[in-house]
Amino acid sequence: MNTKSLIHLEGIHKIYGEGDASFEALKGINLDILSGEFVAIMGPSGSGKSTLMNLLGCLDRPSSGSYRYEGIHVESLDKTQRSLLRRYALGFIFQGFNLLARTSAVENVELPLLYRGIGRRKRRQLAREALDSVGLADKERNTPGELSGGQQQRVAIARAMVTQPRTLFADEPTGNLDSKTTDEIMLSLTRLNQEQGITILMVTHEEDVAQFAGRQIHVLDGLIAHDQQNH
Amino acid sequence: MFAMINNAFSIALKEIRRNLTRAFLTVLGIIIGVSSVVTMVTLGEGTTEAVKSQISSLGSNLLMVRPGAGFGPRSRSAGVPDFTEADVDALLRQVPGIAAVAPVRNTSTSAIYRENARMGGVTGTNPGWFEINNWTLESGRFFTDDDLKKGAAVCVIGQTVVDDLFADEDPIGKKIRVGKASVEVIGTLKEKGQVGMGDQDDTLVVPLSTLRRRLLGQTSAHDIGMISISAEDGVDSDWMIENIETVLRERRNLQDNQENDFSVMDTRQIAETLSSSTQVMTTLLATVSGVSLLVGGIGIMNIMLVSVTERTREIGIRLAIGATAKEVLLQFLVEAITLSSVGGAMGIVLALGFCTLLAPMIQVNFIFNTQINIIAFIFSAVVGVVFGFAPARRAASLDPIDALRHE
Repeated sequence: MNTKSLIHLEGIHKIYGEGDASFEALKGINLDILSGEFVAIMGPSGSGKSTLMNLLGCLDRPSSGSYRYEGIHVESLDKTQRSLLRRYALGFIFQGFNLLARTSAVENVELPLLYRGIGRRKRRQLAREALDSVGLADKERNTPGELSGGQQQRVAIARAMVTQPRTLFADEPTGNLDSKTTDEIMLSLTRLNQEQGITILMVTHEEDVAQFAGRQIHVLDGLIAHDQQNH
Repeated sequence: MFAMINNAFSIALKEIRRNLTRAFLTVLGIIIGVSSVVTMVTLGEGTTEAVKSQISSLGSNLLMVRPGAGFGPRSRSAGVPDFTEADVDALLRQVPGIAAVAPVRNTSTSAIYRENARMGGVTGTNPGWFEINNWTLESGRFFTDDDLKKGAAVCVIGQTVVDDLFADEDPIGKKIRVGKASVEVIGTLKEKGQVGMGDQDDTLVVPLSTLRRRLLGQTSAHDIGMISISAEDGVDSDWMIENIETVLRERRNLQDNQENDFSVMDTRQIAETLSSSTQVMTTLLATVSGVSLLVGGIGIMNIMLVSVTERTREIGIRLAIGATAKEVLLQFLVEAITLSSVGGAMGIVLALGFCTLLAPMIQVNFIFNTQINIIAFIFSAVVGVVFGFAPARRAASLDPIDALRHE
């Protein structure tokens, strides 16, 4: 496993609002994540784990502190640059799947490729391969409404992986799924991590889901409470 | 940049296809607006052309004198005295270059032959009227100066009147009842046809004296509502108008500081006045239709704004997986422009259909006006840009985190 530092956080603060109404969601986070790790970020609601996830996923920027992703100072990137970083380096899956409604599975998977400016034929081919790798080759014409929750999340994984990102962000990926499907999804993620060396950062509040990760980070009141390796 | 626009197009088209009903309802306003503007302008221009060709067929050396200032819908004739026969004589004597002059007194009354009856206009004039208005005979004869002098009970009728009153009979020599008098048909006019200004053949002409004595039973001196004049060939009509004005100003006792209380126009001016009034109508109707185009644009903005809210999550997904704000802006803008342009194109097609259908019904030529079609199309695209911009900017300014959290 490659042990180069992929993510480096130093003194990260995030403050929402101003003056008396302000709220400090993160109170000085220091964190290093190595390339190839599978990290579960845990914590009760309101602990700041989602805020941390949004910062790590470059969807938001810190109020102060430094965030380096592969040496890039993310805190100094503007909105467009962060969009481009997400486009070319990051993949996302969400609790609510967030697929485009009334759009076939294969077209959903094609979406990130469209923004990368990849031609129609190549797009379709890559999207089919990605769907095939999550075992949904026969469902490419189906829209999200015609798929089960587990199938939708697998489409979402295919969409996240079709661009072959180095890092995958998963926000409560199994929050809406039953335990059997949860295991299936978690096994898919584990395989991506182990077979393709993709770094995975996952937010969850379920202990058994976190067990799949190699490292658990507990966030409490805007600070990292403890940080442990599983095995 | 080109790749980005190209991309925005394929995304926008996908979105439109995903909800065709919404797309159609969005552009309905544009379709109606564009089709009515194009229809109005096209038919309006056809009418103007018809009026122009009608009037130029009257000949270039015709002049008309009317009491009151101005012709057409904006004339002011209230309280202004009509002309007298002495005015007509004076013009003939004092203005050089006049070939013929005819006083015209119009009235409206019934005409009856046996069981057939009609209501319509009756013109009282002198024999010169036929020459001035380029009438030729179908049968019989025109009335003469002698008929005029005696107030003879005779009339000359156009083809429409012939058709109304006489089924298969020869009208010549028949007595018809016009108002209170019985008059003999002595001539029928050759058909002129129906163009622009109405049916030219719906004409019943009697000597002016006959109209006064027999039909109306009154002999007021100031009863001539119009004087028609034809100029000799090669006479400059501006010069002629000036002379006519000088004579009439003197006869109507106008002081130097008073404006003319009558107007003299040649064929060109009549054509311009009448076509300008149809153009006013065309502009008016086009403006009203233009308002509906504007409303159509607001409709697009409205639906696009609603759809930004409705599609907040979609926008969040796009932003999260790496779309830039600029790309989202472009996507929504392209959607709006595509919708309004397609609406514009559909409107034009619809309008051409309307015109093909309506033009023969209102008897004007269907003149395809490239300019108005291009303008209408560009305008509809501009509507898309203008009214699509606010929703597009709103979509682009969404924060990906908030947008994803949106239910």
